[in-house]
Parts: sequence; structure tokens; C-alpha cells
Amino acid sequence: MEQNPQSPSDTASKSGLRRVAIDPVSRVEGHGKITLMLDAENHIHEARFHIVEFRGFEKFIQGRPYWEVPFFVQRLCGICPVSHQLAAAKAVDQLVGVENLTPTATKLRRMLHFGQVLQSHALHFFHLSSPDLLFGFGSDPKLRNIVGMLEKYPDLALKGVKLRKYGQQIIAAIAGKRIHGTATVPGGVNKALSLAEREILLADIDDILMWSQDAVMLNEQIHTAHAEHRGFAAINSNFLSMIGRGGELELYHGGLRARRSDGSRLFDQFDYRGYQQIIREEVRPWSYMKFPYLIELGRQQGWYRVGPLARVNNCDFISTPLAEAARKRFREFGNGDSVQDTLAYHWARMIEALHCAESIQDLLHDPDIAGTDLVADLGDKRREGIGVIEAPRGTLFHHYQIDEQGLIEKANLIVSTTSNNQAMNESVRSVANEYLDGNEISEGLLNHLEVAVRAYDPCLSCATHALGKMPLQVELLDANGTLLDRLSKGGNGRIERAA
Amino acid sequence: MEAKAETAANTINIDGQEIPFEHGQTIMDAAFAAGVYIPHLCHRPGLTPHGSCKLCTVDIRNRISASSTSDRRRQTKFTVDADSRSVSACTTPAAAGQQISSNTPALNEVRKTITQMLFIEGNHLCPSCEKSGDCTLQAVAYHLGMLDGHFPQFFPRREVDASHPTVMLDRDRCILCELCVRASREVDGKNVFAIAGRGTAAHLIVNSPSGKLADSDLETGDMAVHICPVGAILIKEQGYEVPIGRRTFDLHHLGEAGLEKVVLAKTVYRDE
Repeated sequence: MEQNPQSPSDTASKSGLRRVAIDPVSRVEGHGKITLMLDAENHIHEARFHIVEFRGFEKFIQGRPYWEVPFFVQRLCGICPVSHQLAAAKAVDQLVGVENLTPTATKLRRMLHFGQVLQSHALHFFHLSSPDLLFGFGSDPKLRNIVGMLEKYPDLALKGVKLRKYGQQIIAAIAGKRIHGTATVPGGVNKALSLAEREILLADIDDILMWSQDAVMLNEQIHTAHAEHRGFAAINSNFLSMIGRGGELELYHGGLRARRSDGSRLFDQFDYRGYQQIIREEVRPWSYMKFPYLIELGRQQGWYRVGPLARVNNCDFISTPLAEAARKRFREFGNGDSVQDTLAYHWARMIEALHCAESIQDLLHDPDIAGTDLVADLGDKRREGIGVIEAPRGTLFHHYQIDEQGLIEKANLIVSTTSNNQAMNESVRSVANEYLDGNEISEGLLNHLEVAVRAYDPCLSCATHALGKMPLQVELLDANGTLLDRLSKGGNGRIERAA
Repeated sequence: MEAKAETAANTINIDGQEIPFEHGQTIMDAAFAAGVYIPHLCHRPGLTPHGSCKLCTVDIRNRISASSTSDRRRQTKFTVDADSRSVSACTTPAAAGQQISSNTPALNEVRKTITQMLFIEGNHLCPSCEKSGDCTLQAVAYHLGMLDGHFPQFFPRREVDASHPTVMLDRDRCILCELCVRASREVDGKNVFAIAGRGTAAHLIVNSPSGKLADSDLETGDMAVHICPVGAILIKEQGYEVPIGRRTFDLHHLGEAGLEKVVLAKTVYRDE
């Protein structure tokens, strides 16, 4: 972690541009804020997507016992708590000297995570993003939400709701609760899957598979049929993701693979415990969120994207047949190269949802899944553990150091949204360049900016907002830093222009 | 007297229910024996009653007329019966003919307020606490319908003592019930714990040369280790082993007969 005074986004020292001060009160409101800065010719000089919330988890888990950490840090998020719990649990396994879990524990944790990714992906697409894609970016915000979807496309919307529900049932069966349950213990899991629970989950899996295929087809059609979707929020980025030992799509455990924006490989099968050798985090004064970059490519060129788009682009194949067929069509769309379209995130997301459904089906039929050997023998204690997992929105790093009494001394978390930080800024800039007309922020521009952000992340990592009601404020500054316009959308969906 | 006319010589009346007692029993003892639940946190059968948490406060109807009472409690925010006196059920001897109110809206409101104060004086973060589901404070809060802390949080920063190989002390969760103090003294015969400081500065201390658990006589099998009703004294590295759905208060309710034994049995160290 370091501060870069020469960052292109740190304009405090540049003449003619002014840094926007953020009122401390706004930090707890949980809204997104975008600042667009114009140059002397009134072109977009820079776009900043601010994260104005301070979370502080890395600080306040210091001094807490290591076995508590998975359940503490999962409170980072209400949509992806399982991913945080599992990433921390993988780090904790190292702290208690466990290299390999029992087959049952490994499979239960994997299935738990497939349930997590399935429910999060369903929420991300159906509840939060499909209204944009099916009603149009500029359509009436009153209709452009899941309720509007249920009225106009009831069949589709209900499938989305049920897909999410099924993912949550998987989570509840293994972790005891749909949200913020407890499944992991050092070196394993705390509960076996009963035969009755398995039967209940098996009863619905065929429908889940069918609906997941429908979701892939729908996204494929949306993306390929709308030429304007291809270039929307277009950027050309490097990609980082976890990869299986054979080069397959992997969400729970594997090595790291990075591709440059031209598609060439930067590294492959990299042991994530050495992540600090390949990734560095930069701090910029205007955002609470850090800016990680790939060290080898440097600060300017090293930013990268993570998440479904990165994973589906990066992998050589998917281990389940239906998702693999879908991936091949995705690959054909990119003419054999990486697909860089920002809105293709949704398509890749649904390919992964299908992979999760297939994997859950396989695991439910696996004899090990109902086993009772849940915890591995613990080994010698270690003082450092690094757990990495592919969370729904991308690669998630949890790094802990403990003292000799087992209390956390130091923690470092790189969450998916942080990895996508620069990419979101770049996408926002791209959209602003295309849709800003004159010196006024239009409602249409605000909507388009939201659509770009939502392709990466629907909830700004804290999931505290009601569906589709993320408060967002956009400001336009001229070359002198003078505020030209400000448009705000409140949590109630009402759009207001500043006086 | 009137009450005597209605009540047998060896019974007390709690909320309209006649409950027998034996000589030497407290109201709490008699209620326990009869399966009547009076909320409490600092009491445990077999240990000397302490009367500090005040959750077991009950009202005993006075035998004098209301007109002679000039009770200051009339002026408090809580509605109390001025014709009665409030006592701790765990320290007040049962006496024949006592007419006792316990499960009343007014008393439960006071109990809820006391519970809220216990919550805000410490860092009781149920969402990530390993004692969640096994915590008596949490269960009492649910029982009383407590929905928030009401008062501003103290956010104390007291020392965590993880020096002992198997036991950890998180003082920010201590509610000063002194169950560990009494268990160590009366059952374990060790005097490992004590309370130091006054008022809001009161805190749990350890009787050892360094003040650390590691240098004390505490052993994993001691009752003092297992008796904590909150997450202040914990067995290390065992948190979250019991899945949701099988924790104490997933399976049992507070007033259940024999619950104290269930709780102790659940926390007995696995190597014993």
C-alpha cells in the first residue's frame, strides 16, 4: 500500500482543477458519488467514482481471536457473506496448519460457495440489472426495477427470484442461515448435510438448471442483438482471476492467472499466498477505496478487472458441459479473444450461474457430500494465513497475521470491488464522454452512469440499500473547479437538481 | 391478615400461582423448584446469591395501606405499584403468604431497561460473537422483547487476556455478574477472579502476580471457566463448532427446568 502523488487522478496539485471535499457526514450515508471534471475545452478530463464509506474492518479486527474472524468479516456484506467467510476460513486453515480438508468438508465448502455465487449472480442480474437491460437505460425509473419486471415479465422475474432462493437454500442447509450463517471451523466445517436436506435440494435442481440455461440464452440474446451494448462503457483492460489446476474456471481454490489487455498471459498458476509479489495497492486522497495494480505492468498500466468477465475470459474451459457450451459461444462472440465489453459481465455472470447449478447437481449426487468426517487433523500453528477465493464479483484476498496468543495483529483485505476500482472509474469516464451533452447533467446521463457501475457491482460492497435504490450523486466541475451542475438521486428514487 | 387467609402457611403466591417453599429458600429458589421463571443473569443454584443484576426484581405487596406510603417511585418513569416493595428474588427469603408480582408489563419494562444498559455498557456484538445462541444475556434480551440498546453505546476498550493456553478473557463483554468470582471461590476453591474499580470503571481482574490468566491457577475444567452467561470467558479455539440450530437457545427456552445443567454440560472442555 502506498500513496502516489503523481497519480493522474490526484488533481489536488494541478492548476485549474480543484479537489472535491467530502463532508464527513456523507460518509455514513452509503451513497455513490461521481465527479466529472472538464478541461478548458469542456471535454471530460477525468471521472472519479468515489467510495465515500469508511468500513475499517482491517483495523477493528486487530486484537480479536483468529477463530472469530470468518464470522466477523462476513459482516462486510449482506449479499456475499459466504465468500468472505470462506476466504477468511481458508486463511484460518493455514493458521492451524491444515493443508488439506477432508473430502466431505471440501465438497461442502465448495457447494456452499456455489450456492453463494448462484444466489448473488441471480440477484445481480435479475433483481438489479435486468430492468436496465429489458426496459432500456433511459426508461422511467418508476418502472425500471424488480417490481416493474414482475409486472411486465412475470415469468422471467419469478425465475430470477427462485434461482436466488435456491442458492440461499443451499447456504441455509450448510451454514444454518441464508445470510450470515456459520459453516466453517478451523480445518473444516461444523455440520454434515443430512440426507433429508439433500433430498429437498435435489427435488428442485432440474428446474434450477433449466432456468439457468434460460438466463444464459437471454443474456446472450440481449448482448448480441444490441450493437450499442458492445461499446457501452467500453474499456480495454487486463484481467485477473483464479484458475483451476487444469486451466478450468475455478471459484473456490486454485492459482492466479492474469492476462494483459491484448490477451497475452502475464502469469499463470501463481500461488496466491505470494500475492504481494504481484499486486500492490495505491492510496489516492479522494477515495476510501484503494487502487490495486499488477506490479509488473506498473501503476499506469497495471490496473485490471476481476469478476465473471475476467474469469470466463481467463479460463481455458469450464468443467461442466452446459456452461462450457455457453462459454464457447461467448468465446466465438469475441472471435477467440477476450471479450472486453463491460456489459458482457452480465452474460459471463449467467454462464457462471449455470456452472454453479451444474456443479451443485454433481455435488448433491456425490457420496462424499453426506459424509460425517468434517474436520481435518490440525497441524502446527502458524502466524500468517492468506485465503483467496473467487467471490461473485471477483477475486477476494484475506490476509491475516496473528500473535503467539492467537490474536489478530494485522489484516489486509482486497475485496473484488477494490480490484475493479480503476476499471469502474474508466468505465464511468467512457460513459460520460459519450453521453455528456453541454454543461448539464441529464437524467439520462445519470441513468447510464448507474448502468455502467452496476455491470461491476450493484451494491457498493455493503448491500445496505433497498433494491435499485442506490443513492447516487453526480457533479460536473469546469476547469477551474467551479460546480456547473449537480444531480442527485435519493434512496427514494427521486431525482433532484442542486440549486 | 388477609393474605394469610388466602395462602397456606408454607406457600408464596407468584402472579396468582401458589408455590410451596421450604424454610431457608429464597423466592428464586422456590420459583426454580416450581418451574416458574423469573428472569436473572447473576444467579445460579448452588452459588451464594448475589443480587447484583437486579433482573429478578419482583414486587411484594405491602401489608400496610397505600395511604401511608410516600414512595419516591411514584415519580419515576416506570409505573410501579406504590403499595408494594421491590426486592431481588434471589436474595429475599420466601415467607409464608407473600403476594408476589413478577411477570408484569411494568416489571418486564424495567428488566428490559436494565438489559439495555448491560448491552450498551459493553461491546455485545451478537452478529459475530461466538456465544450467540448460547448467550444468556442475548436470550434474556429476546425474552424481554428488547429491540435496541436505546442508550448511547459506551464502546469500552478493556484489555483482552488471551495469555492462557486454553481460556480467553474478553472484558468488553463482562456484565459483572460475578458468577465466575463465586464459582472460583466456592466450587473451584481458587479465587481466580474479582471485580475491581467502581461504577462504570468496574472491571474483572485476575488474581495472579502479573494479573494475567496465564499466571493464575485457572484450569480448563474449572467451573469458573464454564459459568460465564455471556462471551467474556471463553474456551479458546472452540467458537462456532456448534452449528446454528443446535445451540442452547435454538433448542431450549430460558425458563426450562434444568437449563443451567444443560448449559454447563455443553461447555465442558472436549478433552475432559
